[in-house]
Amino acid sequence: MSIISAKDLCLWYGDHQALKNINIELSDRNITALIGPSGCGKSTFLKTLNRMNDLIPGVKITGDIRYEGTDIFSNEVDVNQLRKEIGMVFQKPNPFPMSIYDNVAYGPRTHGITNRVKLDEIVEQALRDAAIWDEVKDRLKKNALGMSGGQQQRLCIARALAVQPKILLMDEPTSALDPISTSRIEELVMELKEKYTIIMVTHNMQQAVRVSDDTAFFLLGELVEFGKTDDIFSQPGDPRTEDYITGRFG
Amino acid sequence: MLNQSLSKKRKGFAVLMKALMLLSAGLTAALVLFLLLYVLGKGVPGITWELLSTNPSYLTERIGILPDILNTVYIVLATLVIVLPLGVGAAIYLTEYASNKKVVGVIEYAAETLSGIPSIIYGLVGMLLFSNSMGTCLMAGALTLVIMNLPTIMRTTQESLKTVPQSYREGAFGLGAGKWRVVRTVVLPGCVDGVITGCILSVGRILGESAALLFTAGFAHAVNGIIDGLAAPGATLTVALYVYAKEQGEFGVAFAIAAILMVLTVVINFAATLVQKYFAKRRSL
Repeated sequence: MSIISAKDLCLWYGDHQALKNINIELSDRNITALIGPSGCGKSTFLKTLNRMNDLIPGVKITGDIRYEGTDIFSNEVDVNQLRKEIGMVFQKPNPFPMSIYDNVAYGPRTHGITNRVKLDEIVEQALRDAAIWDEVKDRLKKNALGMSGGQQQRLCIARALAVQPKILLMDEPTSALDPISTSRIEELVMELKEKYTIIMVTHNMQQAVRVSDDTAFFLLGELVEFGKTDDIFSQPGDPRTEDYITGRFG
Repeated sequence: MLNQSLSKKRKGFAVLMKALMLLSAGLTAALVLFLLLYVLGKGVPGITWELLSTNPSYLTERIGILPDILNTVYIVLATLVIVLPLGVGAAIYLTEYASNKKVVGVIEYAAETLSGIPSIIYGLVGMLLFSNSMGTCLMAGALTLVIMNLPTIMRTTQESLKTVPQSYREGAFGLGAGKWRVVRTVVLPGCVDGVITGCILSVGRILGESAALLFTAGFAHAVNGIIDGLAAPGATLTVALYVYAKEQGEFGVAFAIAAILMVLTVVINFAATLVQKYFAKRRSL
């Protein structure tokens, strides 16, 4: 069943068209990898799904995106509520300069939870889900900026999980991390699939193969091919996909 | 090619230039040092407890600068209380909300220009705007200083807002936080250092201001509480310095006040540096 679908989606940054007629349906409780060379529009597409592109001046969008059947660009949609349901993890770990606890509690507090006991529960659960609880449970009051890069990224995942999103968008979540941290995040992502729909941009072909169920290949703003990861990597339907995944360009 | 005489000439020229630059640097340092020592030397002996703790009396021919000290404190407090919300608010609006970059540019340019205007012009305008309606009083002086210091507070806050990483804002928006919540919880805490630096610079400027206050705040030396003080005319330390030196020929008192102001200025500059270092350290954590 599809949780999010795009129909004839086009996006311009000023005069530059970054997305061209994207049509795609992404399934629930699934990991979708978005691959393609730099500047192909995959990150742009990702950021359109929770309307983070609203923050960039001069962006124009046509076509539509439906999340659980609702048009996300409709006037009735509260963009803050949309971003609560469609969480995001960024390329570079970006914890706030606050304590570990306050970082995770930021989202729930934003959405009106003030009860201390309830917050404690949410924070612990989110940190457990992000597989970082055991490392930080004794220093929840410490500044999050003192953690290692890999820990910071898992903290950011916990922070995103704390508002109980349905979808988690990840924009190259491991590109700034070392190999060990990367494999921990990959394991984590595969566990998170049980509860969440994950859409992940990656530059790493092996990562896409290891982690994802479906893969979408973008090139120059177009969605060239979309299908089961196994199929895309074993028998790509489009010669451009084959050239890209075999490393002939990128 | 390797013309010996030419290169000798050039060498001589280089040595001469170096000597000249050393001379200007030395002269600058010497002037500052001379001024400092001269003022402190003439002023410090005149600073007595009686001077600091009493008000002047024509009957006993006693001179005390307590009212001037209090007036200075009142005018600093009143100015900051008004200028802070205005300046910080304007900075937040320009950096976080305003979408028309052209307008922002014009306002920034205006603020830049405003901070270069001679202060006596502020005094003249303040006199017409405030003193004429509310009478010559410390409050009229404070309001004039608000206009003078608004650009400073606004610009330092703005500069500091620009150093708050965009990724913090994205992180907060990504969690579904609204604009105001992002500003209040993520952006504002990140620009505290700019606000404090702006405050310190403003305090320095207020302490040193005389021209604008001559027009607006008056010359009285009465000891008042803060409310009455702001409603009444009063001299700040710099104005008192002018009055004692120019109109009463009390150069000892004038130099004592000068020494006090000088020390305060050094302390304030030092404090500004400390604050900046402290926050730079905290940020690099």
